[in-house]
Amino acid sequence: MKSCIQRVFLTKGVDDLKIQNGEIWVIAEQVKGNLKEVSFELLGKARELAVKDGFPVTVVVMGSGIVAMANDLITYGADRVILIDDPRLSLYQNDIYALVLENLIRKYNPGIVLFSASYSSSEFSATVGAKLGTGVAAHSVDLYFDEQGEFVQVTPAFGGRVLGEILCPQTRPIVASIKPGVFKKPDKDPARQGEIIEASAAGLEHYESPLKALMVVQENLSGLPLEGAEIVLAGGWGVGSAEVWQLLEKLAQGLNGAVGCTRPALDEGWAKGEHELIGVSGKTIRPKVYIGFGVSGATHHVVGIKDSGIVINVNNNSNAPVFQISDYGVVADVKELLPALLEIIEEQSNIHN
Amino acid sequence: MNIAVCVKPVPDPKFYDKITINPKTKLLERNKIPMAINPSDKNAIETAMQLKELYGAKIILISMAPPEAKEILKEGLAMGVDEAYLLSDRAFAGADTYATAKTLAAGLNKLGFFNLIITGSESVDGGTSHVPSQLGELMGLPHLNHVIAMVTEGDILKMKTKIENGYMVYEGRLPMVLGVGKEINTPRYVSLMGVVKAQGKPYTVWGLKDLQLEADDVGLAGSLTQPGSLKTPPNERKVEMIDGDLEEKAGKILEILHTAGVLN
Repeated sequence: MKSCIQRVFLTKGVDDLKIQNGEIWVIAEQVKGNLKEVSFELLGKARELAVKDGFPVTVVVMGSGIVAMANDLITYGADRVILIDDPRLSLYQNDIYALVLENLIRKYNPGIVLFSASYSSSEFSATVGAKLGTGVAAHSVDLYFDEQGEFVQVTPAFGGRVLGEILCPQTRPIVASIKPGVFKKPDKDPARQGEIIEASAAGLEHYESPLKALMVVQENLSGLPLEGAEIVLAGGWGVGSAEVWQLLEKLAQGLNGAVGCTRPALDEGWAKGEHELIGVSGKTIRPKVYIGFGVSGATHHVVGIKDSGIVINVNNNSNAPVFQISDYGVVADVKELLPALLEIIEEQSNIHN
Repeated sequence: MNIAVCVKPVPDPKFYDKITINPKTKLLERNKIPMAINPSDKNAIETAMQLKELYGAKIILISMAPPEAKEILKEGLAMGVDEAYLLSDRAFAGADTYATAKTLAAGLNKLGFFNLIITGSESVDGGTSHVPSQLGELMGLPHLNHVIAMVTEGDILKMKTKIENGYMVYEGRLPMVLGVGKEINTPRYVSLMGVVKAQGKPYTVWGLKDLQLEADDVGLAGSLTQPGSLKTPPNERKVEMIDGDLEEKAGKILEILHTAGVLN
């Protein structure tokens, strides 16, 4: 069943919309016409907050050629989607995007505005917040209303060693960016209905930007992505060499798992790239099983795996801090255990074939 | 060319796993941790130095920090920066990124015109990455963060910024505020000669009155966000160690995977 589309143009009858002051907005993130998963994750969290707060959830999508995205967002929980489809928004750039969103926010006065904490959207959130003169919490890992009804944003500091609560008591809207992967993507409800509003890129009429975004280049990554993988094999400094890293990759392939890494393994050049990095400056993952090989247990890595199902760690040091955050610990040399694991898998696949 | 580089002294990231929260006061215990220049701020200094070597420039360093930050600023002077300004006042304590940007903007405005204001893209302690954008907005200048490559042609800048699994290309015009990432260059080491030269370079400390700001504009009072309580991430796991020889250990791991239902 298709959701009901009601088109309302902002140029007429804005007041008729009777938009409550206090609603929660999600600023969707799209690159080249593809909505990023984090947009849905934020939508899921906004829905959860809205139930407690009683306000509707609005998603704002900015870009060029984006109209088709609205239905998807409604089926994932949006009450209202505001589309700003304009050729001048085809590529993200901070001044133009922030000017348009600032105008929209001043018009509707939402209570809370949520952004992705990607590189671009973090910058976007800080720019809009400064234009509005309101507080911005960065890369939050939790959001909730406390007993007094205050909106609390939990953000990590010192590489995730500490979680701090951030409040924004004096100014509205409250702006927060949220790390991709922290919240779960909600279930789709194809029968859900919502309202679609097409707004103009108000604010750009007389604006000449001193900046010009010329192009965006994003690699198509090989291998199974970390997000969504049921098994993640993560390697740390203790893997020890590029040769042993190959065994880790081979095992991941055999188990149909994804490969992740810690910062030292990335710096050594063993891992394929930053897209494999797990933790505060990398990804937050929630596989059914995480197996760490030679991972020391530094906080900036382990905060990224805390929502995993079962956590297994292999380390040759029986006192490695990583065992404290594991369900199962194996004291073994990674370069010996990996071949042993590969051998069993090969045997089993021989039996099956 | 006039270039300003904003730097932040941070607790040395090598020691972050030693940071604890005092169970009684609920405050951070970080006293024994030495201070260091925020890593990407070193890249900001290096960016400025390379421009100076190419085109000639006067570079000033500016920081909002307690008086102890002198050592950190001296390190910048030793890298080749010409002058350093420390914005230091009890009233600045507890500033969020917005109040910090406001204070830095006041210092920069007092100093005059800059073709380029460069900061690190994010601090390693708080890591918000907000200051470059907030500073740009407060100073009414175009800004760009996470810059990982840059070429200049007169007043025109061509820049690459980092995004997930890729990059964007921008063109901009000076004056600008830039936040640079660690990918942009490799910061130079401080030479002995540099340290000697740093001793004779101008070092100025300004307080609230020098910046013509009110106490309500700065520090915790001038902050838009307020800190609530602190906690350490909870850990509900209890480890069970797997014993046996290699084969047994490997077998047990696969058994766990099997039970979890993740093997096809």
